[in-house]
Amino acid sequence: MALSQGTRSAIPVILFLLAGFAAPLMAVIWFSFMPPRSFSFAGTPTLENYATIFESTSYISFLWSLGLAVVTVVLLAAICYPVAYGLVRVFGKWATLLTLLFTIPLFVSENIRLYGWVLFLIKNGVLLGSLKSLFGLQLESMLFTVPAIVLGMVYVYLPFMLFPMTLGISMVPNETRDAAFDLGATRWQVFKEVELPLSMPGVVIGFLLTFVLAVGSIAEAKVLGGQSVIPITHDIEIAFTYSQNWPLGSALAVLLMLVVGTLVVLALRRFDLDTFLGRR
Amino acid sequence: MPDTQPILSLKAVRKMFGPQAAVDSIDLDIAEGEFFTIVGPSGSGKTTMLRMLAGMDTPTSGDILLRGERINDIPANKRPTCMVFQSLALFPHRTVGQNIEFPLKIRGEAPERRKARALQLMDLLRLPQSYYGKNVLKCSGGERQRVALARALAYDPQILFFDEPLSAIDYKLRKTLEKELKDIHRETRKTFVYITHSLEEAMVMSDRIGVMRAGRLVQVGTPQQIYSTPNTRFVSEFVGDVNVLPVSIGHDGKLHDATTGLHLKAPPIPRDFVQGHMVIRPEFLRFLESPEQADNAVSGRLYNEYALGSRIQYQVRVGDSVFVVEKLRQQPFTGRLDDEVIIGWDARDAILVTD
Repeated sequence: MALSQGTRSAIPVILFLLAGFAAPLMAVIWFSFMPPRSFSFAGTPTLENYATIFESTSYISFLWSLGLAVVTVVLLAAICYPVAYGLVRVFGKWATLLTLLFTIPLFVSENIRLYGWVLFLIKNGVLLGSLKSLFGLQLESMLFTVPAIVLGMVYVYLPFMLFPMTLGISMVPNETRDAAFDLGATRWQVFKEVELPLSMPGVVIGFLLTFVLAVGSIAEAKVLGGQSVIPITHDIEIAFTYSQNWPLGSALAVLLMLVVGTLVVLALRRFDLDTFLGRR
Repeated sequence: MPDTQPILSLKAVRKMFGPQAAVDSIDLDIAEGEFFTIVGPSGSGKTTMLRMLAGMDTPTSGDILLRGERINDIPANKRPTCMVFQSLALFPHRTVGQNIEFPLKIRGEAPERRKARALQLMDLLRLPQSYYGKNVLKCSGGERQRVALARALAYDPQILFFDEPLSAIDYKLRKTLEKELKDIHRETRKTFVYITHSLEEAMVMSDRIGVMRAGRLVQVGTPQQIYSTPNTRFVSEFVGDVNVLPVSIGHDGKLHDATTGLHLKAPPIPRDFVQGHMVIRPEFLRFLESPEQADNAVSGRLYNEYALGSRIQYQVRVGDSVFVVEKLRQQPFTGRLDDEVIIGWDARDAILVTD
C-alpha cells in the first residue's frame, strides 16, 4: 500500500498519540466494563459498575464538581475580563510586569500554594491571628467551607482564564475600534458592539479551559475544603485506592468524561468560534 | 477655488512626536465639495495629518477649523466627519447590512428606516441587494471597499476622509474603483479628503492635490499644475519618470548643464535663480532625424527599450547620465539598441526647479 508523503511523515506522531493518548483512554473505558474489584482486562464485560453508580449517591459528587466548576468559571470571567482588558489596553509598559506576576505562582506546586492558603486562613493563622492580636477581633475561620474551596479554585485557575482572554482582546484590530468610534459610537458602544464580540474567541477558550480543569480538580476540596465536600474526582480516587475497585473508578471516570464532553460540545455549538471570527 | 468660506481650514497645524515634528506648520483650506488629495511617500506625515483631521489625534499646536469653528479637541465620535480606513476596518462579525447600518443604529434610528437607507446606499454603490444578509468576510476586495464606503456614507458626514483604501488592491480593480470613487463624489457632492502615496491615483480623482514631504506641504495645486509646473525636484520626480539635469547660471549669465558645461536653452529663468535642476518629462524628449531641430539636443547611445502599453520608453546613455525618452507606440521610430541617437527638447517643455 502506497502512503502519501504527508501520511508517512505523520506516522511517528500518530504512533505517539496512539500509545500515549488513545491507549490509556481505551484501557480506562474497557476497564469500566470489567467485573467489580477485578484487576484484569480479561474478564467478561459487564454493566454492573454503571448499575452500581446509578443506584448510589454518586450523583451528589457529580453535582458538587459541576457546581463548583460553574461558580469558579463565572467568578473567573468577572475577575479576568477587566484585568485582561487592562493588560492589553490600559496598563501599557506595566503590562509585562503584571503578566509576569500572574505567571510566577504557576512555578510553585499547586499543593504548596493551597497549603499556603491554609496557613493564611486557618484559625489563629496569618489572617485571623493578625486580626486577633492587632484589633482583638475574633472571627470564624472560613477554612473547610465551600467558599474556601471556590477561593482556592479561582486562585489556581486564574491564569488559564486570564491569558486566553488577553489574547482574545489583543486580537481586536485598533482600526476596527477606531472605525466604530469614528462612526459616532461612544466608548461603551465601541466596547459592547465591537470589542466584546470580537474578543469572544479568547473568552470562550478561557471558559472551556477553566471549566474542564475545574471539573477535574480535587486538591482544593481536599485541602481547603477539609473533605466537607466530596467532588467526583475524590470518589474516583477512593475507588482506585482505599476500595481497590478499579472497574468502578473507571466507570466513574468514563461518566465524568461523557458529562464534561457533552457540556463542552453543547457550549461550542452555542458559542461557535468560527461565527465569532466571522468565518461563516 | 470659489471664494466662499472653506469647509476645512488648517492654521499652522503641527504635531510633535517627541522632538520630531510629524506634521509641521501646515496651512491649508479645503473648499466645500472638493476632492482634495494629500500625496506623499510613507513617513511624510500624511496619515498623522488625516488622523488629526478626523479627530483621532490632536495637534500639538495650530488650529483645525470646520466651517470656521475650531474642532481641535472634539473627539472623532462627535465630529460630523467620517473615515474610510486603509484596512477598511469592517466589522467581521456582522453582515453587509449590519455594517452599513452601524452608524444609524448608534444614532438610534428605527430598524425599518435603517434597512431602507442601507439598501439605498447599496444601490448607489452598485452592491446587489441580495448582499444585505451576506457576511462581509465572504465579500471580495472590491465589494468590501464598497461596503466600507457605504458605511461611511450612512453616517452622512460633511467630510469623508480616506486613508489609502485602495493600496492593497490589484491594479485593474484599483483603476475601476478610482473612477467609481470619483463618480460617487460627483453624485454625493460631499467633500472628500483622500491620502495616498500614489500621485497617479491622486491625478485620476482629485480636484486639487497637496504634495507632502517630511511633514510639510511642498506644493498645492490642480493635477495639471502639479504635473506641468512642479515647484521642486521632489514634486517633479513624484509624478513619474523624469529627466533631471543639474544646471547653473554661468559667468556669461546663461544657463549651463552643471556637469558637461553645455549651454541649455530654457524657459524664462527666475530672477534669483543661481543653480538648480532642469526637469524634462520623457514624453517631451524626441529623437531627432537629420533635418529636425530642437532648442536643446544631446547625442547618446540607445541602451534599452521598455514597452509600457500605449507608449514605449527608451533609455539613452549620454556620457555618464541616462535620459528617459517616451513616445507613443504608433509614432514611427527605426532606432535599434546600441544605435547612436540624438535626442532633443524645446525650451518651453523644460521646467526649472531650485532644489
